[in-house]
Amino acid sequence: MDEIKYTPKDFKSDQEVRWCPGCGDHGIITAVQKAMAELGYPKESWAVISGIGCSSRFPYYMNTYGFHTIHGRAAAIASGAKNANRNLNILQISGDGDALAIGGNHFIHVLRRNVDITILLFNNEIYGLTKGQYSPTTKLGTKTKTSPYGTIEHPFNPGELCIGAQGKFFARSIDTNVSLTAEVLETAVKHKGASVVEVLQNCVIFADGAHSAVTDKEFKDDRQIILRQGEPMIFGKEKNKGLMLAKNGELKIVEIGKDGITKDDILVHDAHNPNPFIHWMLVNMKAPEFPVALGVIRDVEAHTYDEALDQQIEDVKKMSKIHCMEDLLNSGDTWEVK
Amino acid sequence: MSQETKVIEKHDVVIRFSGDSGDGMQLTGQQFSDTAALFGNDVATFPDYPAEIRAPQGTVGGVSGFQVHIGEEHVTTPGDYADVLVAMNPAALKANLRWAKKEGTIILDLDAFTDKHFEKAGYTSNPLEDGSLEGYNVVPVRMTELTVEALKETGLDQKSVVRCKNMFALGMIYWMFEESVEHTEAFFDIKFGKKPNIASANKLALRAGYNYAANVHALAVHFKVSPATIEKGKYRTITGNKATAWGLLAVAEKAGLPLFCGSYPITPATDILHELALRRDLGAKTYQAEDEIGGICTAIGASYAGNFACTTTSGPGLALKSEACGLAVMAELPLVIVDVQRGGPSTGLPTKTEQADLLQALYGRNGESPMPVIAASTSGNCFDYAYIAGKIALEHMTPVVLLTDGFLANGAQPWLIPSMDKLPEIKLRVAKEGDDYHPYSRDPETLARTWALPGTKGLEHRIGGLEKMNITGNISYVPENHQLMVDLREEKVARIANDIPEQEVYGNAEGGDVLIVGWGGTYGHLFSAVKEMRAEGKDISLAHFNYINPLPKNTRDVLSRYKTIIVCELNLGQFAKYLKSKFPEFNYKQVNKVAGLPFTVVELKEKINALLNA
Repeated sequence: MDEIKYTPKDFKSDQEVRWCPGCGDHGIITAVQKAMAELGYPKESWAVISGIGCSSRFPYYMNTYGFHTIHGRAAAIASGAKNANRNLNILQISGDGDALAIGGNHFIHVLRRNVDITILLFNNEIYGLTKGQYSPTTKLGTKTKTSPYGTIEHPFNPGELCIGAQGKFFARSIDTNVSLTAEVLETAVKHKGASVVEVLQNCVIFADGAHSAVTDKEFKDDRQIILRQGEPMIFGKEKNKGLMLAKNGELKIVEIGKDGITKDDILVHDAHNPNPFIHWMLVNMKAPEFPVALGVIRDVEAHTYDEALDQQIEDVKKMSKIHCMEDLLNSGDTWEVK
Repeated sequence: MSQETKVIEKHDVVIRFSGDSGDGMQLTGQQFSDTAALFGNDVATFPDYPAEIRAPQGTVGGVSGFQVHIGEEHVTTPGDYADVLVAMNPAALKANLRWAKKEGTIILDLDAFTDKHFEKAGYTSNPLEDGSLEGYNVVPVRMTELTVEALKETGLDQKSVVRCKNMFALGMIYWMFEESVEHTEAFFDIKFGKKPNIASANKLALRAGYNYAANVHALAVHFKVSPATIEKGKYRTITGNKATAWGLLAVAEKAGLPLFCGSYPITPATDILHELALRRDLGAKTYQAEDEIGGICTAIGASYAGNFACTTTSGPGLALKSEACGLAVMAELPLVIVDVQRGGPSTGLPTKTEQADLLQALYGRNGESPMPVIAASTSGNCFDYAYIAGKIALEHMTPVVLLTDGFLANGAQPWLIPSMDKLPEIKLRVAKEGDDYHPYSRDPETLARTWALPGTKGLEHRIGGLEKMNITGNISYVPENHQLMVDLREEKVARIANDIPEQEVYGNAEGGDVLIVGWGGTYGHLFSAVKEMRAEGKDISLAHFNYINPLPKNTRDVLSRYKTIIVCELNLGQFAKYLKSKFPEFNYKQVNKVAGLPFTVVELKEKINALLNA
């Protein structure tokens, strides 16, 4: 595709942005517009497709093609659009309720099929638009309007679900970290196949501080690890902590310079490894015991549904004797009445 | 056993094949139907099979039937009652005796008439001996034994050999109807090209049955049905589902758009998806979604991105799709939703026919959500109405429901092959780069909006399920705007009436005593009943509807010309209810049936006469 010079402003629509003041969505849309400008793909090649929820108002604020659909179905609609026109760059916008509850079936199957779309998953662990009910990612025991005595159900971890559904790409960022969100989003868009970018997003009204154990300035250096391809998994204020495999095969935190441990002993991140074993442990790291993994965690190549469909059509066209409707209508057993 | 064979020349004959669902009765019936069609008879078929793939062997629940009606005149139904019934076991006899004509011929596999099978079928005595078959011409033949004998040199295992007994039966029937075995032989050569021993075993059994019938003169009657005088041209056999699939493909070719079908397997609609999946050679993109909702939503996505999109389903699936149907109404995107109706509610009778989804198709969505509804009325014209559904969807920028049913879908008929050149043009409404584009500005005549395909420079815009401002498509909660948009969407669908033909009447078009009103798949039976009653001297006519929403413009005028209106349908009166809501000034009598089966001509005439004499 021809690179075109864009600025983030080129991707802003004329519609007033109506998210609450302080909502994490503002940071995410800034990151998306930044990433789109930097990618330089023709503006008309973008289709932003969303479901229902606060985040799903996103398309109206983008000066691209946009389709605000129905609850949970964005992944299916995006799959149809991509298979109709492979030249489109499709960004699906969904919240945790939209993608993982009502849309859970479409979410896992778009990943399994590996349709080449990018899913931006806003995870605020709450239903915001319906005013504060727990979602499939709400932490166990959280009090919400529908769980006044605390939730009693086990939450999903989107990354784990993604890997379980044979997802080939998973990245994670935080709403306030605009440059990281833009960076992983660019990688996700360039990735051939279905990609999921989970953004830990703060709902200031109904779940304020849901991610504060990870995002608070006080401990964020010790509770966040930004993974980069080919680099050792090091974190901490002093950049002296790292991840290693323990004898039982699980991840453990070690300190560089202590007990004879050097930088060379630290695990090196390989997002391209098809084996999801380490990726699975990385997406499951929880604060405060572990740092939460950010950046591109899994990025594995595989054939995509849409390219395979095109290829099959091309192959069958070459083999078949039927090239048009007239051929089909007159194929097989026919007879003449005179 | 030897008797003189008497040759009966008939205008038409009905034959019903029945056996266990593993006995290959569908294939046997289809072969007979194809052969008769090739000979030049007009043909209609009716497969009648259980939802279970292999219900317990020998039980009534596992009986699979296939009825074929052949004639030298125009055949519009698969026939009410069979002149010849083939029953491969007691269960098949028990389930199907009610469909055999009194004095009809019943051909049985005597080897299956054992105490064990009587018990499984629920017979307390041997029907061959207890007088229950009195009056029928019963022909018991040791089909299993004779098949085994004929195939003893093939070296096949016992199970494979016994499975060929359906071909022995078919061979007998071919002899009985003076039909050639050649078509079926050729069929096996192709079907089992890679298993020549299976092909030759089936052919041997077929010949053995044919020769047996010729040699022993076991069949006292021998039917002769002359070729039909039908319109000249090139023909093929087609089922409703295949015709639907091909009609959709024809839309895509004529419109110059790729076809996208997002669908999920459901009886009795799945064959449409099968047919389309074969057509990668025509660029058809079939997408077997994770569920019914995924089926329609991928289709909506494909429509949004500029393909000709469709989704295929049956009643329960349409229920699941209803929210997404509303999105297509709101977004005003072209989409064809095919509902092959089956018995309901809930899972109901998956393999049986019914017309009880009409109100669901018309009204089964939240909000004021108008959708055009059209219905095919023969297996063959599923092609035409699928084509029209696509043409309306694309030209009027709307989702369209096409109703067919299990009876049309699985039934087959000889079909005059259409020419693509003669199909009406489809004029797309696609915006181009440089246009001053507003997503919800409309054609002043049709009120259709214009499609702007993602990827087109300068036409970036947003649409969605929220109410939108007229012209711009921006979100709007303004009360007056919502009223306006609701009215516009309603009026847009109503104006489709300008583009559809007027309602025709068979019989006395200028008016008269009785008007029979029907719609969809009951056409053949209603036509036959009305034709017979007219021949008996009754002043009776038929208005059979294909366009349901909107109705043809002259509907009120047509209804006003008759003293009595009788609406006949396979539900409790849904079309009658609809007509009452549109034209409350008329009085509607009703004939309804909800038995999972088509009408019979006999019962229609009885019920209509009863209403007229009341």
